[in-house]
Amino acid sequence: MPEGQFKEGIAGGRLSPQQYADNFSDLHPPLDHHEALVESDRCYFCYDAPCMNACPTSIDIPLFIRQISTGNPFGSAKTIFDQNILGGMCARVCPTETLCEEVCVREVAEGKPVQIGRLQRYATDVAMAENKQFYARAAPTGKTVAVVGAGPAGLAAAHRLARYGHDVTILEARPKAGGLNEYGIAAYKSIDNFAQAEVDYVTSIGGIDIQNGKALGRDYQLSDLTRNYDAVFLGMGLGGVNALRADGEETQGVANAVEFIAELRQAIDLASLPVGRRVVVIGGGMTAIDAAVQSKLLGAEEVTICYRRGQEHMNASEFEQDLAAANGVTIRHWLQPKRVVAEGGKVSAIELEYTAMKGEKLVGTGETLTLAADQVFKAIGQSFVPAALNGSGASITLEAGRIKVDAEGRTLLQNVWAGGDCIFGGDDLTVSAVAQGRDAAESIHRALTSNGRA
Amino acid sequence: MADIRNNFIGIKSPNPFWLASAPPTDKAYNVIRAFRAGWGGVVWKTLGEEGPPVVNVNGPRYGAIWGADRRLLGLNNIELITDRDLQTNLREIKQVKKDWPDRAIVVSLMVPCVEESWKAILPVVEETEADGIELNFGCPHGMSERGMGAAVGQVPEYIEMVVRWCKANTRMPVITKLTPNITDIRKPARAAFAGGTDAVSLINTINSITGVNLDNFAPEPTIDGKGSHGGYCGPAVKPIAMNMVAEIARDQETRGLPISGIGGITTWRDAAEFMALGAGNVQVCTAAMTYGFKIVQEMIAGLENWMDEKGHASLDDIIGRAAPNVTDWQYLNLNYVAKAHIDQDACIKCGRCHIACEDTSHQAITSMVDGVRHFEVIEAECVGCNLCVNVCPVENCITMEPLAAGVVDQRTGKPVSPIYANWTTHPNNPMAKVAAE
Repeated sequence: MPEGQFKEGIAGGRLSPQQYADNFSDLHPPLDHHEALVESDRCYFCYDAPCMNACPTSIDIPLFIRQISTGNPFGSAKTIFDQNILGGMCARVCPTETLCEEVCVREVAEGKPVQIGRLQRYATDVAMAENKQFYARAAPTGKTVAVVGAGPAGLAAAHRLARYGHDVTILEARPKAGGLNEYGIAAYKSIDNFAQAEVDYVTSIGGIDIQNGKALGRDYQLSDLTRNYDAVFLGMGLGGVNALRADGEETQGVANAVEFIAELRQAIDLASLPVGRRVVVIGGGMTAIDAAVQSKLLGAEEVTICYRRGQEHMNASEFEQDLAAANGVTIRHWLQPKRVVAEGGKVSAIELEYTAMKGEKLVGTGETLTLAADQVFKAIGQSFVPAALNGSGASITLEAGRIKVDAEGRTLLQNVWAGGDCIFGGDDLTVSAVAQGRDAAESIHRALTSNGRA
Repeated sequence: MADIRNNFIGIKSPNPFWLASAPPTDKAYNVIRAFRAGWGGVVWKTLGEEGPPVVNVNGPRYGAIWGADRRLLGLNNIELITDRDLQTNLREIKQVKKDWPDRAIVVSLMVPCVEESWKAILPVVEETEADGIELNFGCPHGMSERGMGAAVGQVPEYIEMVVRWCKANTRMPVITKLTPNITDIRKPARAAFAGGTDAVSLINTINSITGVNLDNFAPEPTIDGKGSHGGYCGPAVKPIAMNMVAEIARDQETRGLPISGIGGITTWRDAAEFMALGAGNVQVCTAAMTYGFKIVQEMIAGLENWMDEKGHASLDDIIGRAAPNVTDWQYLNLNYVAKAHIDQDACIKCGRCHIACEDTSHQAITSMVDGVRHFEVIEAECVGCNLCVNVCPVENCITMEPLAAGVVDQRTGKPVSPIYANWTTHPNNPMAKVAAE
């Protein structure tokens, strides 16, 4: 074990440069040509395929796999991109084990689904490596659309709108486009700056102008957009992080997991990124896993995820939980944070209370446990920050704290659509955001033209 | 323990697995390795007449088709007969036979279609004390352009003539190797029989092009931009070969003619199937060329285990056992009714049975029942065609269940008759024999 792991407190440079490189290499190495052929041959080309029905973007999976098997990777990539222009990223980050691969008939038959995600990556990699473009813009319509947020929903909407000949302006608060693809995915799921490569690939269709550093509510108001554009798509995601509601939450050493993940993705030198010797992550979703695993990979000696309910309630998929376990992360259940213990103004431990179900209600049992910790990450969910919409009047209606839309993505405000994590009823998945962006774009196109006819 | 010793037209070998005349049997070096591995016999690669040796191409001699994991399914070759000096081959044959007296060595021959040529080569082969000769009337490429190989095998009169010359000029048993590149395999077999052959062996390879290079539009294998139809062999040809073996085995005119089965034999099971259809032994090539000689160990053990399991004491107990069950379509029982049945516990719901039946057959399998994905046979539509069984990826998930006599066939609304009745007496057959006559 490298000595750096035993440095007390929050410190960088715990590992050797080679260890950083190894730890943050591709989680699922790409299939080579022959592996892809062999794997594609496992697909049964099911009728009305369950995988296709499980995909939020309804990619024709049997068809794209068959196209790989027949030596037509470009055709395969087009089948994917027709439904999901961010098929490359989705191939890397989709929890396929709870979507397409979960319902693959080979999963049913032998517990070994066709590796749909890795095949999708193979096909999209081949096309993107050669910068093979499948779509040309239609004749300009003269219509303009503003898209708020260059995340998966916004990019998908922008691409579809640009295809139809509309002029799209994307307003992005952060310095880079990509949204959570750029700032919110564990580094080992998206290596080699893939998120930016994908943004370039998607926007090379033309007609998409991305303006960075433009935050809604800070730099402009929604009313500016509705006044200046023919249509507006809101895809700004979730800006807030839920609080622990534990004493001492403000202590130095307590941080938001999403910020840690974003920092890690943007770090040029991982050794410069400090991490605690003993890290406790509070939460039970993908963000908790990503923060915990990456803490471990940065050289933390001891990483514990504490989740207030049972294993079966965790939002993180079984695969993700196993990934955490395989990386040496301990997952503890039925524990909720009670108090952050500080020493010299810095976190030294966290006191947790055991929980139990009392009827339908989760309650603390009174019994407590204290875990030594010099860093605590909050990963108990994110929330939509409606303040950005201030000034848009009562017409943007929220539901359970997120934007209310109809089946086509229309908000209750005229000419404003929304999609991705900021809307109510989503499932906080990249692939769902893509589907919502794409479908809202179709709806916008119908509205801007006379039912699809220019 | 089953006895798998083989006696094929008096040629004895410790097992029925011979290597066919082909590259693996071109030299003493290879043949000795084969015998060490356990092969029962070899047919030495075809010798030609004395003179300047045959010349082969110096580019690819083989082409292939593969399954997804590069599993070799079919091989094609344009190699000619041995390109080694006749005397070298004869010397080696003699030495190997002397060193391996319990193994069968048959020598394949191909010389021009004149009696003098055969009269010249037969005594020198006899001199090696080889166990017999095989007449190569099958090679479909190269030599056939010079009036040999398949050029002879495609003309029954020539076959009969050459066999007769050989029988008249040697004491060695004669096996006549047949080409499948004909329309009715029984014709050349009958000709060989009429000429007095001791046995036939089949099939030789099938004219084929394994692929076309779509960059330069050349057939494969490609020699300097051109290709020539080679001989196709390997697992892909087995069904064609088995039918030809069965056709000869059940032909009244050649009844009792011994057959050495060849064509895609890769496992003990393949061998057992050929033998059940009437082959007295089998010859293997492509499987050995794919995996090496060791495969014979699986073949020997597999055949023995199966025979033990089924209580077959010797090869005579299995040879030809399936031949009587091969019949003409017109004699199949039209009163036999079977329906597909899907085992719902085994079904993985891929829907391939449904779409195959729906798109291409009889619309007899559901895809949805009460709003739930569910695949079930609609007996009133099922004609019992077996397509669903064949496309189902799960073994034994879909089975064909015969209807018992008296049960109403929901498709026809009529009870299943217990009486055998075939097309020859069917009322719809204008040629039906009237029962009263």
